[in-house]
Amino acid sequence: MKALLTALGCGLLFGVGLCVSGMTNPLNIIAFLDVGGRWSPNLAGVMLGAIAVHFGWLRWSAERKQTSHDSILAPSRRPIDGRLVGGSALFGIGWGVSGYCPGPAIVALGSGAVGALVFVMAMAAGMKLSEGVQWTIERSSKPSLSRR
Amino acid sequence: MLLAILGGALIGLSASLYWSLNGRIAGISGILSGALSSFGQDRLGRLAFLLGLVAAGIGFARFTDRVPAPTLPLVPLAIAGLFVGFGTRMSGGCTSGHGVCGLSRLSLRSLVAVLTFMLTAAITVFVVRHLLKLSGPA
Repeated sequence: MKALLTALGCGLLFGVGLCVSGMTNPLNIIAFLDVGGRWSPNLAGVMLGAIAVHFGWLRWSAERKQTSHDSILAPSRRPIDGRLVGGSALFGIGWGVSGYCPGPAIVALGSGAVGALVFVMAMAAGMKLSEGVQWTIERSSKPSLSRR
Repeated sequence: MLLAILGGALIGLSASLYWSLNGRIAGISGILSGALSSFGQDRLGRLAFLLGLVAAGIGFARFTDRVPAPTLPLVPLAIAGLFVGFGTRMSGGCTSGHGVCGLSRLSLRSLVAVLTFMLTAAITVFVVRHLLKLSGPA
């Protein structure tokens, strides 16, 4: 129960941060990405503020040895491969067209707009599709598994 | 710019608390896909996080103009959504997971991911706005 409440609180805080920073308005995202137009550095400011706090916190908590879950849930050491670069490239195209990445898109559901719902549902479908493709590739690359 | 940095700091604080209290990475694409997966760990916790995001959106949409409705037509919105979902799942993160959390951990993988999606997004905006002369989401 406590974990649910802290998760809810963290989501709320994250969403407030996105709204305060203006990142929930796609125009602000496009203004950052549009290097050929009237460029706005705001997204870089958001990243800077977020990374400064989180980087500092991780350092501080590591020094205080409050890292009981560090070993279990730290991101795995996977390679830099085509999947990482290709996936990021595709994400960037969708981001550039719409001005929405996953966080602001979910916050935008709060506007009650049909467009936000359509975007999030398409995003969820894209995730499922991606998992399906990945599963198929993994299965076909391991003949011992596909025979089962 | 001040509000951007302040909002960013709140995002960083949220990612920090989520890590220290729940032991999880505040990557929104990972949280969403985990919440959608029937065998995902901590599904309820992820749903609670998403609920918090939507609650913030409801509040700010009600009392401010900071959460506007999308202005792009539905078909391009849906196509863009597909790309965002497919790509973030394939690469294992988005602006929050690779951007905020990964860069804070000095992960080289995340740096490669961030530079890649920034580059293709900037190229996409350039093509849409300056070559095709479409206004984009405006």
